[in-house]
Amino acid sequence: MRLIKSVGAWLDARLQLAAPIRETLQHRVPSRTASWAYVFGSAALTVFGLQLVTGILLALLYVPSAGEAWNSLQILNHQVTLGWFIRALHGWGSNFMLAIVLLHLAEVFLFGAYKFPRELTWVVGILLLLLTLGMAFTGQVLRFDQDAYWGLGIGASISSRIPIAGPWIVKLLLGGPIIAGATLSRFFALHVFVIPGSLILFVGLHLLLVLKLGINDWPMPGRVVRRATYLKEYHELTQRDGVPFVPGAIAKDLVFSGAILLAIVVCALLFGPFGPGGQPDPTIIQTAPRPDFFFLWLYAVLSLLPPSLETPVLLIGPAIALAVLVGLPFFSGEGEKSWQRRPIAVLSILLVAVSLGTFTHMANHAPWSPVMDAWSGEPIPAKYLKSHSALQRQGALVFQAKQCRNCHAVGGSGGERGPALDTVAVELTHDQLVRQVIQGGGNMPAYGKNLSPAETTALVAFLETLCPAGQAPARDASREAIGANQ
Amino acid sequence: MTRRGMLMKLGILLNGAAGIVLAVPIVRYLLSPVLRERKPGYESWLSLGPVALYPAGQTRLATFQNPKADPTDGVTADIPCWVRNIDGEKFQVFAINCAHLGCPVRWFPQSGLFLCPCHGGAYYSDGSRASGPPERGLFEYHYKLQQGHLLIEAGEMPTAGAPSASLTNITKGSSPCV
Repeated sequence: MRLIKSVGAWLDARLQLAAPIRETLQHRVPSRTASWAYVFGSAALTVFGLQLVTGILLALLYVPSAGEAWNSLQILNHQVTLGWFIRALHGWGSNFMLAIVLLHLAEVFLFGAYKFPRELTWVVGILLLLLTLGMAFTGQVLRFDQDAYWGLGIGASISSRIPIAGPWIVKLLLGGPIIAGATLSRFFALHVFVIPGSLILFVGLHLLLVLKLGINDWPMPGRVVRRATYLKEYHELTQRDGVPFVPGAIAKDLVFSGAILLAIVVCALLFGPFGPGGQPDPTIIQTAPRPDFFFLWLYAVLSLLPPSLETPVLLIGPAIALAVLVGLPFFSGEGEKSWQRRPIAVLSILLVAVSLGTFTHMANHAPWSPVMDAWSGEPIPAKYLKSHSALQRQGALVFQAKQCRNCHAVGGSGGERGPALDTVAVELTHDQLVRQVIQGGGNMPAYGKNLSPAETTALVAFLETLCPAGQAPARDASREAIGANQ
Repeated sequence: MTRRGMLMKLGILLNGAAGIVLAVPIVRYLLSPVLRERKPGYESWLSLGPVALYPAGQTRLATFQNPKADPTDGVTADIPCWVRNIDGEKFQVFAINCAHLGCPVRWFPQSGLFLCPCHGGAYYSDGSRASGPPERGLFEYHYKLQQGHLLIEAGEMPTAGAPSASLTNITKGSSPCV
């Protein structure tokens, strides 16, 4: 014991670190900030540590070469002792990281922590969010499988739409004219050196700012932030009603971080590593590329936007979002902090959360994508064929063979790109059906060239039988009027 | 001016000069994927094999190797494309990439459509847009026939904003019946 003490004293006489560390740990914070609402920042830092460690462990065996990366992941998954577990930890750590960072952002926003004098802390936080998203995207690329390959294609296609510089940006992003060896190498450099380096730097700055300016006081309705008086008020608060951070406020941080780490371990054990999916061989085109969970909302937005709006939204949308986020503390640097007095803030968070949730949910079953194998899958339900004429049954055959079902569900199975056709006869008359099949329209391709007149006749005859029992098919009233006159 | 002041100025000047001397090659190195374009370029004429591989009236998947492939490219150096033999004499060669966001389109001969698995883009057999988010038809390579072989000019991934210079532009498709 005495030895340890004397070694410590010897070291500190030279390093002189003990005093500043003690001062940092024991800096006074408002006592109410020892709260479960204030644990997300420290948890993000803890998970970042886990990502650094597991990332370095994976780099021991991962081969950042387009020809070898996929194989090295297979070896990690199946041959290296516990390689699968380290991959699972890194993958689940990434998901938890993004979730915690988003919760942290929402909490800081709702508690008005971005207001004077913490504007810069917020701006650095936004930068950290972008870097974290950058880590998620580049990480998805390093899992060099089919989704990664085509995901890069999507990234390149989006970048290509930037006016004037688009073609150059694509080549700089891919490191050449196509997705190949150079692409993976530069994404490896980004994921392993550039972005983590920036993250370490800006996490340090973020923490330094939190220490220098003090943690945000618990927002009380009616306690208004004014530039002239806030610093004095905050100082008084920490003196009057403050506790040292250690041991006064750190307990909940420790408990939450520990729980999160254990949750990551449990997820890794239960669900295992992510992928890799199929080999990144572009000639295998039997694939339906999907982004990782946190980019699914974007995948949905790209499907649902009207084509003409897509490029403007893709290029201007992020700029506006960034301007709003960065500009926020400068537009509303003063005033109420409490979310109880800021209904618009609460509604914005709800709106963003519900939108992201809805888009993610939609992306999970992707109703806009044709179901590529529906036509060769389930047969037309027997009840739709019973007591029909030969022509109508032939029509059902055309319906199946011409892949109508890839986009149109019948009897609950098939694509959702177009409307389900179980009751189409009630909605469209004979003439309208013929026109729709031959000319298309309303986002349906025209089949005029690919159906013979006989096939069209049979197909429409079948479609005209698709109406619920007891409900008459649609009829053209004008025809009857003409008929009555004659 | 004092000697120390002079030395200080000289030091700043020297470091500034060294910075520029280092920055120019670093920036040029970083921009190499773009600057390389000025030299021979990325694209060249590649063979898709004998014409006999592509029967008249059919659309078949073909594969070629990227002309500037590196040894580390592995399977990513192989690029697929769709070859349509219109009537035994005229051809169309489409890029695999959907004109929307680059996913691989699949050919369905029964309904005569190219369908994209990502966001539901659809194209007619001649590559023109049929429906969905794409704003244009499929990208089409230039081709020529030489000694019974089908050749295309390729080497760049076509993207919506930057279809490579040698690609034929198919105008925004309209329904063939209108």
